Amino acid sequence: MGDNISALNVIFTEFYYWMTVVIMFFIHVGFVLYEVGASRRKNHMHTLMKNTMAIPLVTVTFYLFGWWIYSAFINGPGIVEGGIAAAEFAKPWSPLMATHLSGPSEALGVSAADAALWHRLNGVFWAAFALFSITTASIISGAIIERARVGAFWIIAVLIGSVMWIIDASWGWHPLGWMVKLLGYHDAYAAGVVHAIAGGAALAVLIVLGPRLGKFRADGTPRDIPPHNPWLVAIGLFLIYTGFWGFYAACNVPIISPATIAGQITGDTWTTTNIYLTPTSLSAITFNFLMSLSGGLMAGYVISKGNAFWTYSLGLCGVIAGSAGNDLYHPLQAMLIGAIVPCIAYKLHHWVERRFKIDDAVGAVAVHGYGGFLSVVVAGFMLWGQPSSPYEGYAAINPLGSFIGAVIMFALGFIPAYIVAKILNGADLLRVPREVELVGLDFANNEAYEAAVADVNAAERAMVR
Amino acid sequence: MSTNGMTSWAVDLKDVGAIYPFQGSETILVILGLVFWVGWHIWQIRHESAELESERNRATPERARTFIDRY
Repeated sequence: MGDNISALNVIFTEFYYWMTVVIMFFIHVGFVLYEVGASRRKNHMHTLMKNTMAIPLVTVTFYLFGWWIYSAFINGPGIVEGGIAAAEFAKPWSPLMATHLSGPSEALGVSAADAALWHRLNGVFWAAFALFSITTASIISGAIIERARVGAFWIIAVLIGSVMWIIDASWGWHPLGWMVKLLGYHDAYAAGVVHAIAGGAALAVLIVLGPRLGKFRADGTPRDIPPHNPWLVAIGLFLIYTGFWGFYAACNVPIISPATIAGQITGDTWTTTNIYLTPTSLSAITFNFLMSLSGGLMAGYVISKGNAFWTYSLGLCGVIAGSAGNDLYHPLQAMLIGAIVPCIAYKLHHWVERRFKIDDAVGAVAVHGYGGFLSVVVAGFMLWGQPSSPYEGYAAINPLGSFIGAVIMFALGFIPAYIVAKILNGADLLRVPREVELVGLDFANNEAYEAAVADVNAAERAMVR
Repeated sequence: MSTNGMTSWAVDLKDVGAIYPFQGSETILVILGLVFWVGWHIWQIRHESAELESERNRATPERARTFIDRY
């Protein structure tokens, strides 16, 4: 650290990201409540543990290779010049991936420049990205409740959460990513980068997995399988909204000087930027987060005729709808986009359900997949011609680049998830046996619970005099 | 062409003001916002009235007792 202002800036930034990590944890509390609330009583513990164990599995693998992929794959590799980029600070054996102060560790290969930049920021950046990773995996979890094997889900969670999404982030959500350079891809709050890829992966797994028993009648029309506990679903979605404040804040760089952005921005005015290092403000995204959420809730209430499950879900879809461009939109633009996109996603959900017999238990493909895809496409039109980067030579934001980018995001989830789901299904590892699905996936817990209740009741009865 | 007038960030930020797209359309946006808000109330009240009317037409003493017992 050169001087006290620099030191304060680094420590403020460290604390800022640390706070976003804490707030983002609410997303996962919300996902767990939501999924358990949406599942039937016979599947509670299975649903709970399926989602919960994605947290450590994605965290550990994100430490081992995910964080390195983000900085190493910005050129493809092989799509633009440059190959695999140097990212020594992110390799799991780097001393900067551990307790480290601001000086160099020359004997261990840590340069003074790397140490100065990363010593306090590596852990909190890694953690914020790890929380994005877990979110991406969790989105898939909800769609496949009540019939998927946990082992299969956890493999898919690592594939999407620690490999595929971070490749797409490296390509399109990094200041030096090739999609930003070539396509002018702009996705400030990860509508495509997190949501579309997760929705694409969920759709692929659902196609291979098939619907829950009893979901479709003999004539092919879908049955409603209502959540066993709508209150839990509502609280879960409220907590997801809460966690998304941290998600949004974590997508920004809180304070940066023009000099740090290689002098591309002139003058001395420090600013907040998005992940591409182009200026925005926390105030702007606060306006737009609440307005797009409100647009989604109001339109969701109308389109679902007051259905609580869909109103809440489409509120979240409203936030996602604005997410690609919420760093730059006017709040009323954010509200209108947040209202229109969820209506399209809702209609698509029901059309796909009827037409292709896809049983998406929580509407994840609609809310995240279609919502995220459309968010990126809309941003291409709304922000047409604006610079995608402060650096020279980058493509401007444009509709075609955004559309191609949205397709890449969805496909990066869909294709690998489909292949792995097919392999798992071929090995009979994807779906629980029919007999177990009918009894409920908590068969072992239920029997143990009933035996324990009977045992303790018998013991207490024997004590009554 | 750029929807917010910015074609490069090689500028001094102290000279930059609004950066949202389609500047100058604020009045139209406010009108659209008002229409969305008022329209929502009109739809909601109509829908609620229709639902209540439908339920009133289904009402029987036996049905009322069933729901009272359900608490």
